[in-house]
Amino acid sequence: MLKLNTYLNTKKYQFFIAILSVIFSAFISYLFLPFIGYKSVAIILLFTLSLLAMLFDIGAVLIAATLSALIWDFFFIPPLFAFSISNTDDKLIFAMYFVIAMVNAALTYKIKQNDKIVQQQQQKENTIKLYNTLLNSLSHELKTPIATIIGATDNLQDNATNLSANNKIELISEISKASLRLNHNVENLLNMSRLESGTLQLKKDWCDVNELIYNVTTQLKDNLKLHTVSILIPENLPFFKLDSGLLETILYNLILNSSIYVPPKHNIHISAIQTNNQLVLAIEDDGNGFPENEVAFVFDKFYRLKSSSTGGTGLGLSIVKGFVEAHNGIINLKNKPTSGAKFTIIIPCEIANLNSVKND
Amino acid sequence: MINPTILVIDDEAQIRKLLQITLESNGFKTTYAITGKEGIIVAANHPPDLIILDIGLPDMNGQEVLKQLREWYQKPIIMLSVQSDEESIVTALDNGANDYLIKPFRTGELLARIKTTLRNNILTESNPVIIYKNLEINFSTRVVKKQNEIIKLTSTEYNLLSLLVKSEGRVLTHQFLLREVWGPGYIEQSQYLRVFIAQLRKKIEANSNVPEFIITESGIGYRFISGN
Repeated sequence: MLKLNTYLNTKKYQFFIAILSVIFSAFISYLFLPFIGYKSVAIILLFTLSLLAMLFDIGAVLIAATLSALIWDFFFIPPLFAFSISNTDDKLIFAMYFVIAMVNAALTYKIKQNDKIVQQQQQKENTIKLYNTLLNSLSHELKTPIATIIGATDNLQDNATNLSANNKIELISEISKASLRLNHNVENLLNMSRLESGTLQLKKDWCDVNELIYNVTTQLKDNLKLHTVSILIPENLPFFKLDSGLLETILYNLILNSSIYVPPKHNIHISAIQTNNQLVLAIEDDGNGFPENEVAFVFDKFYRLKSSSTGGTGLGLSIVKGFVEAHNGIINLKNKPTSGAKFTIIIPCEIANLNSVKND
Repeated sequence: MINPTILVIDDEAQIRKLLQITLESNGFKTTYAITGKEGIIVAANHPPDLIILDIGLPDMNGQEVLKQLREWYQKPIIMLSVQSDEESIVTALDNGANDYLIKPFRTGELLARIKTTLRNNILTESNPVIIYKNLEINFSTRVVKKQNEIIKLTSTEYNLLSLLVKSEGRVLTHQFLLREVWGPGYIEQSQYLRVFIAQLRKKIEANSNVPEFIITESGIGYRFISGN
């Protein structure tokens, strides 16, 4: 409804401006009539109409054209202050004026329509390009683990006699890794579709953020074994009312991301504090940071750093952003002045007053 | 119990196959049903020692199958579910399911759940003292020791711990714990539970940030793991 209203308003506005411009040009011409002669006035009015045709929709322009023809006839062509035209010459000019005004409006309209079509085509091409990127990264991320599983199982089935015990163990371990990767990717896809469908409903409950952070880092301990992870959470951090499942995904994706992109032996620091009615989470590292010109895009769906190797769907961080925004929160990424990157999440939420809980 | 029989009710042939191999190679006998109706009939004709029931069945809702089974079937039922389905898991636990597993699950986890639920069923309260690693709980004197030193627990903390320990290995829902420890008027006050779980962990766990006894089941409840 809102959209329709603004649309009508702009339309009304266009008609108003168009009519005013015609009246204004006619008025100015009238003042200069002693110097320019009434036939020149037609050219001035046509010029005004051309400008209007470039800016406005055809409806407003046609109204303005008709109005300007009538004004010119009534106020400028002798006999003055009458719609009749005595001179045959003037009759011809008036007819020509009317035709030129209409053709002008129609041609400009046609050019504008063509522009619109070109724009739509470009938009469609962009969508196709995005869709292709999506298909490429997705099919890579889904098909690589599937290929591993099929290949490894084929080997185990058809080539069992030639495989050493060690080979078999390795193949089975690859199947296991591939299926976990597949599971993570499917999870991200499901999360993305929850976000896209607009049906995401928060299940808010009291959340022990301290527990959640340790839980996620424990889940990811194999991925983090080459990094130094430090966690700083104040002893008396209150409980926050939010969707702990979504917050877990937020933390999981961010920390997993750090474990992949922060070089080994570097530090990853995770902290959580309360400020007023907000939970503030920060995940920072002293790795290489993000290319400054790409920082603005890292949360975009399917965006992958230009320098990054293959692998990754470009979904992880956009899900993080989506889930943070579902809580009316904000997330930002900054390169630190020293080195490395810092993700900060601020989520406004209800805070549990723990003093009310009696311990006896 | 030698070679307990497990009835698997799941419409997915691959899951049935996986469960068959896993269970039979671990000394269980297995029977199968593909639909809810068939499951109820098989369970009635040859009552198994444990049922594994998928929540998403083609003919009827797993919850409904669970309810009908629970009208007469007393032994353990473990639910299988797909992810992000916390509400239906809590409903199933309220309706009498003993435990749950989320697909995809690890077979080690599955076997642990089966063992726990079967053992819980045969275990009667006999020995008042239970020892897990360096944690000792005496149910007759209400004394809890960590590394042979007495830990001071408030009565609420003790009640919570004793509930969890008595259902060792089993998940207890937030609502169940709140109702049992604080009373029916408190089932919405989940922050109480979280405060006391955090306090309890600080007292009994070696590292309360990485608990090994009291495990959180996100969105569902808590589980006491003995590690024995």
